[in-house]
Amino acid sequence: MFGKLTLDALKHGPIESGVSYSVGIVAIIVITLLFYFKGWEGLWKGWITTLDPKRIGRMYLIVSLLMLFKGVVDAGMIRAQLAFSVGESHGYLESNHFQQIFTAHGTSMIFFVGMGVVFGLLNIIVPLQIGARDVAFPFLNSLSFWLFSVGAILVNLSLMVGNFSGAGWLPYPPLSELQYSPDVGIDYWIWSVQIAGIGSLLSGVNFFVTILKMRAPGMTLMRMPLFTWSALNAMVLVIFAFPILTVALALLSLDRTLGMHFFTTDGGGNPMLFVNLIWAWGHPEVYILILPFFGVFSEVVSTFSEKRLFGYTSMVWALAAITFLSFLVWLHHFFTMGAGANVNAFFGVMTMLIAVPTGVKVFNWLFTMYGGRIHFKTPMLWFLAFIFIFGTGGMTGVLMAIPPADYQVHNSLFLIAHFHSMVIGGVLFGFFAAYSYWFPKVFGFTLNEKIGRYAFWCWFMGFILAIMPLYVLGMMGATRRLDHYDASTGWQPLYIVAAVGIIFIVLGVILQNIQLLASIAERRRNRDYTGDPWNGRTLEWATSSPPKFYNFAFVPEVHGRDAFWSMKQAEKAGGEHEHHYEAIHMPKRSGMGFYIGMWVFLLGFGLIWHIWWLVALTFLGMLIFTIIRLSDDEPEQLIPASKIKRIDLTKRHVHNGHS
Amino acid sequence: MKAKYLLGILFWIVALALAFGLLYKHYDQIAMLNPKGWVAEQQKDLMWLATWLMLLVVLPVFIMTGWIAWKYRASNPHAKYTPDWDNSYLAEAVWWGFPLLIVSVLSVVTYTSSHKLDPYKPLESDTTPLKVQVVALQWKWLFIYPEQKIASVNLLQIPEKTPINFEITSDAPMNSFWIPELGGQIYAMSGMRTKLHLIADQPGEFAGSSANLSGVGFSGMRFTTKATSQQGFDEWVKKAQSSSQSLEAKSYEQLAIPSEYNPVALFTLKDPELFETILHQTMQME
Repeated sequence: MFGKLTLDALKHGPIESGVSYSVGIVAIIVITLLFYFKGWEGLWKGWITTLDPKRIGRMYLIVSLLMLFKGVVDAGMIRAQLAFSVGESHGYLESNHFQQIFTAHGTSMIFFVGMGVVFGLLNIIVPLQIGARDVAFPFLNSLSFWLFSVGAILVNLSLMVGNFSGAGWLPYPPLSELQYSPDVGIDYWIWSVQIAGIGSLLSGVNFFVTILKMRAPGMTLMRMPLFTWSALNAMVLVIFAFPILTVALALLSLDRTLGMHFFTTDGGGNPMLFVNLIWAWGHPEVYILILPFFGVFSEVVSTFSEKRLFGYTSMVWALAAITFLSFLVWLHHFFTMGAGANVNAFFGVMTMLIAVPTGVKVFNWLFTMYGGRIHFKTPMLWFLAFIFIFGTGGMTGVLMAIPPADYQVHNSLFLIAHFHSMVIGGVLFGFFAAYSYWFPKVFGFTLNEKIGRYAFWCWFMGFILAIMPLYVLGMMGATRRLDHYDASTGWQPLYIVAAVGIIFIVLGVILQNIQLLASIAERRRNRDYTGDPWNGRTLEWATSSPPKFYNFAFVPEVHGRDAFWSMKQAEKAGGEHEHHYEAIHMPKRSGMGFYIGMWVFLLGFGLIWHIWWLVALTFLGMLIFTIIRLSDDEPEQLIPASKIKRIDLTKRHVHNGHS
Repeated sequence: MKAKYLLGILFWIVALALAFGLLYKHYDQIAMLNPKGWVAEQQKDLMWLATWLMLLVVLPVFIMTGWIAWKYRASNPHAKYTPDWDNSYLAEAVWWGFPLLIVSVLSVVTYTSSHKLDPYKPLESDTTPLKVQVVALQWKWLFIYPEQKIASVNLLQIPEKTPINFEITSDAPMNSFWIPELGGQIYAMSGMRTKLHLIADQPGEFAGSSANLSGVGFSGMRFTTKATSQQGFDEWVKKAQSSSQSLEAKSYEQLAIPSEYNPVALFTLKDPELFETILHQTMQME
């Protein structure tokens, strides 16, 4: 009746039980508060069923930040284990549990934090930046978000029901095959990533079309802001790379559920086929994560230097070059497989080539600053830290692109230090820069600058202490994913330094929370009435903060790059002209994304636990709900010009959510 | 204000000096930088060469970042503000060209070193190489010496200054065979034979491990590589040949049962084809 699911699946050690109970308590508190404040209707109408990309974007960010919290806790547990698990002592975690933790850490950070902040930012900023009122497929956007959330829920459910994968964030066969991992851990991983991945693919198509088809009149491709350009490139990568992930996971799940032999060692399967497929997706994936933040830094540097971006054309071509090359380098993740010297050399050289356009971007950012008037607001601090961390991380990256050097450092902590430099220094610091840069646009008030600086310094110091020792540990022979080591290795002091680094990072996280609370408390003082707190250059600053649900009452006309900057210049010259309000088509809200998401959640649960009647039922449910949605003849509504006028003329700072 | 910045700079100088000072003091503990064999030596030189070449670009970037950020700070009235200066073909040519030049040099280095240090390529030496077959098990390493008709678990005994020809496979999830002081790693995969050629230039004990996650006992997959004189090696072989434990199909089955933190064990090898049997077992029809 319940497949592999028995009551034993609920039995856990003290740590998981503690987490389960705290999640339960928080859920009860939230539900009680919702009843108390009668928040259900607002939650349902304003958020769960919304098709407004600005709101969907905020929901992405909330899920991502929750997962980031989980990921940081995982990292802390990993470091705490390794600081003391030496010689006679085997630490406080058993191997099995430790391996689930680092798997959850990687999975959460890449699939649910990285992808979440990318799509969160794209949702909020891209339509505003291209002068659009919406995305191309508003309903698909909501569905993507719910698929993403279902993936995140499944990862967390594994804490309470059953267990998670212990095979690493990319579970290589044959370890991930039934032969060596018979329990449901790998299945939890497969289905949460599969479902979230399909959501990402749909989002990729959505934003690709949005950027190509919905730009404001006059915004030619070569007038698009760099963030939009970087988003476009990332979406190209999503569209080409994610189907590979979908297929690789589908084949692995066929092996595991139907006893097939794609990646098994026997029956004619080949585990290295999975490794090839997963990295053919995996390397473009890291560029999907980083490219949008290259875009963020382009905006930040240009805005806070009060200067046009240097070498715009070069920047665009550099993005395109990185996008193209990122599909030709996947084999550098396994030079040690034993491919021939020519094959390894080819992939090594392709990898190094990526350093050229990336270097060009760095030089262009520096020369954007050159001759500018630089204001060192927190986003600029994140940028400067990014340059140093990304510079060293880039160097070690090129080092590892030389196959014989990689034979030494492959899978050692040296590699871990390298990619954490790229992901923390690039993606996370990029996100923090974007967070303080666009926060006033989204919420209508600026963040507390002083606490933001303290948080920055904690993160920066924490990063250096937590990650730099890993380079040395790697060179001393420490491999990744160890849960114990000999005293004779001499690694312990460095592991302790790394653990201290995590304490600083946690301090940074706490300060960021304090910053948010303090900024909310003093929001009246920091209100942004102008919609343009930083003297911005691109169209998102042309509308109110926060923007109305229709983004722009009048579709802006673009006459050059830095569209808003030139508008402001023209206004100074007295070029203001009259507009009349027009009726606007907006999508109606829809609960179907949520409903379909919930069917998929149950479908995933059924597939993980082999509850076949549930699989059949939920698949049918999903199908029927999709058909119902597709049969909706009037998904849009017309908002009359008079209403637009009324909303637009009310005070700019009055929040006017669409519901 | 000024004092704060000076203090900040001082802090970073002291911190960096301390970090590099400690590294210098403990330099001899960093395995990769203190190679004990030709292969690891070459790989170390390669890493330094690449690092210096890259610093030619990265160091100027770091210095420029600090200098530009300082000079063009908004509070500096002496810096010239040129808000619309956004293009220079000369500058673009420099920073597309110069990194490309460095990468070209590195590409040549990559191509030649990939061939020179191809792990499948036998090492040049006057001494006859020693053949060692390696099997990654759950969770221990089995070393088979087919010519000496012995085998050992979690102990790799080798003569110094003798090329070792490794043939590697796995009867477990994928592992990676790595002895950092002697040279880089290669994967151990079931049903596949990978090759690695290493040499120890001096006697000593070198740590080896698996660099690829292979299940719960993965952290215990450590072994010691003992390099001795030829004489010392011969003595060890004799000791192993007189071991009471022997290895053939049946005792191998016992050995292959998953176990963690396995102690060292020595065997006489009864079945000289054992490695081939393990290698081909996945090819048999069920």
